[in-house]
Amino acid sequence: MAASSTGAVAAQPTTSGRRRTWRDLPVVHQLRQSVGVQRGMLVAGLVLTGIFVAVALLAPLIAPYRWAQREADGRAFDTLSPPGGGHLLGTTQGGYDVLSRVLWGAQTALETMIVAVVLSIFVGVALGLVSGYVGGWLDRVLVVVGDAIYAFPTLLLAIVVSIAISGGQSSKWGGILAAAFSITVVYIPQYFRVIRSETVRIKAEAYVESAKVVGASTSRIMFRHVLRNATRTLPLIFTLNASEALLTLAGLGFLGFGIEPNSAAEWGYDLNRAVGDVTSGVWWTGLFPGLAIVLSVLGVTLVGESMNDLADPRLRGRRAVSAASGTVAATSVVPTGTLDTAGLETPSRDADEGFDR
Amino acid sequence: MSVLDTGDATLAAVTPTGRTRGGGGLGRYLVIRFLLIIPTVFILVTLVFLLMRSTGDPITAAQGGRLPPEQLAERIHAAGYDRPLLVQYGDYLGGLLRGDFGTTLSDNRPVTEVLVTYGTATLELAVYALIVAFLVGIPLGMLAAYLRDRVGDAVLRVFAILCYATPVFFAGLLLKLVFAIKLGVLPVSGRASTGTELDLQLQDGSTGIYLIDAIRLGDPAAVVDVLQHAVLPAVALGLLTAGIFLRLVRTNVIGTLGTEYVDAARSRGVSEYRLVRRHAYRPALIPIITVIGLQIALLLGGAVLTETTFEWKGLGFQLAQYLTARDFVAVQGIVALLAVIVAVTNFIVDVLAALIDPRVRY
Repeated sequence: MAASSTGAVAAQPTTSGRRRTWRDLPVVHQLRQSVGVQRGMLVAGLVLTGIFVAVALLAPLIAPYRWAQREADGRAFDTLSPPGGGHLLGTTQGGYDVLSRVLWGAQTALETMIVAVVLSIFVGVALGLVSGYVGGWLDRVLVVVGDAIYAFPTLLLAIVVSIAISGGQSSKWGGILAAAFSITVVYIPQYFRVIRSETVRIKAEAYVESAKVVGASTSRIMFRHVLRNATRTLPLIFTLNASEALLTLAGLGFLGFGIEPNSAAEWGYDLNRAVGDVTSGVWWTGLFPGLAIVLSVLGVTLVGESMNDLADPRLRGRRAVSAASGTVAATSVVPTGTLDTAGLETPSRDADEGFDR
Repeated sequence: MSVLDTGDATLAAVTPTGRTRGGGGLGRYLVIRFLLIIPTVFILVTLVFLLMRSTGDPITAAQGGRLPPEQLAERIHAAGYDRPLLVQYGDYLGGLLRGDFGTTLSDNRPVTEVLVTYGTATLELAVYALIVAFLVGIPLGMLAAYLRDRVGDAVLRVFAILCYATPVFFAGLLLKLVFAIKLGVLPVSGRASTGTELDLQLQDGSTGIYLIDAIRLGDPAAVVDVLQHAVLPAVALGLLTAGIFLRLVRTNVIGTLGTEYVDAARSRGVSEYRLVRRHAYRPALIPIITVIGLQIALLLGGAVLTETTFEWKGLGFQLAQYLTARDFVAVQGIVALLAVIVAVTNFIVDVLAALIDPRVRY
């Protein structure tokens, strides 16, 4: 569907006055813009992410048992039984059904991811907008603090935040919120950074000046003129951060700082339990939760990565350049910061930028 | 936005957006950059202190429920945790300035001693991992850039994403399963066999870096033993970073491959191999060096998980132990030290970048 109509769209002149349609929605737009290998990667990512979300939503229907269930029909499950028979993916040392825990784990992961990303977007965007627009000492302080947090190993910071929130152990929602809050604190600087630099750029644009002359209020300029134009890179950071949130949750769980096994299924915790099993040749307790992490992170990252490439004219497939339509984000967003040939936009130096200004 | 209309021609023109603003030279830049370490470390240490204390004092966390309330209160008083938070914070900062990170609660050792004893093991692991990351990431990144948008490129990029998407502990688990259990060619965990470890530690003036100690011991068997133990942890941790290096090299080499001087070199008949290896790769190195600074943070975070998976007795392994024991004084000390390391590494990297590329200074 998308493939057949690409040519038609390319023929249209893309003026700024064009009506926005469903084709301009973030993912749809990129899907139409992509070609060849890039489209393959984007589609693969969308499929994997789709499966992950579907499993998370349908876990109560498709999982054979509850996540903390260790017996059925009054009979306890065998411990460490290999895959096959009554338990498709085997059982663990503690007598849990591996398949059920993997499926329910998707739900925990999705919930954490959504809470974390939504929280960091709201806080990060608000701080970035205010910091960039107001400027002055507030801006300098926030930039230095943001950079300090950004440079720190995310997992260690997440551990510290998790201790602060829950003392390191908790119920299902307590655990999800603790993990999500820890991830939020870690990722706010990324949203902050991007929105702030966009705001600083947009603030100097002529239409902001004219809005001021016309007498628009500061809040109107900030939300209507600046924010609307500053958010174009958000879908990119959103997907890249979602995958990092999944990894941080698993890392916390692996260190025993995630969610208690009875409150919810969590892949990282299951892997922690499986490390000991490996020595005795038991592979199924670790392999399946691990694969679940890898595939879900892979899916989300593939989507983010493809969108990032498509947003950067230097990385976009060459044929796509002539077919490209509409908006082009100038900012490349990579988990490790912005990397261009000049190497001048790396995060570590933004502190100096704020200092200098 | 108009850049797009001209297509390939502008793709080639990746102009450096120099930030020269006149005034100030390398000296000024270095001084400002150095001074910036202070607020960074200060903010991190403060943040960690406040977060760790927001749930209560460390003694209740470690001993709560195990001691009768009177005894608990007595110990809290003796350690000074019943004083106002601000006073404790002042004390803590003063201690840090003197190099005193406190005393661990669970095994009653000075945190500084723990840091010195286990820090070397983490350093050794980090260096091995960086070597793996360079050996895997850089050549593959150049190859991916050369094969741009072809199947080989896609395969390499998916490999890079897989490296990033696989948690180190899962990668470690798989490596253990295959190489240590199924094939039985490499040891499952630890830094050396028990016998070798004893020899190394009893040696006069041991550095704590096992490879150096083993070489000084002059026993080839010990060197092989130490290296064998290092392979799996180094690969597990190294691959994580290798994926990022691969992506980085690919992106930057693609950028430089499009420049005019590469076209000029090609027209002179320089071989494609040499074009990638020399002409495009060298200028692409500068951003790579800068990003390595950020990788140190990732590497240290990954080291915690890798060390736990492989029982590699370094700072990360120790941190996980202290976390389980709820010994928050030790946790705070280790985290504070890592913060200092990250800040200092970032400084060194920025200085290197400034020395290599004059455009960075301003």
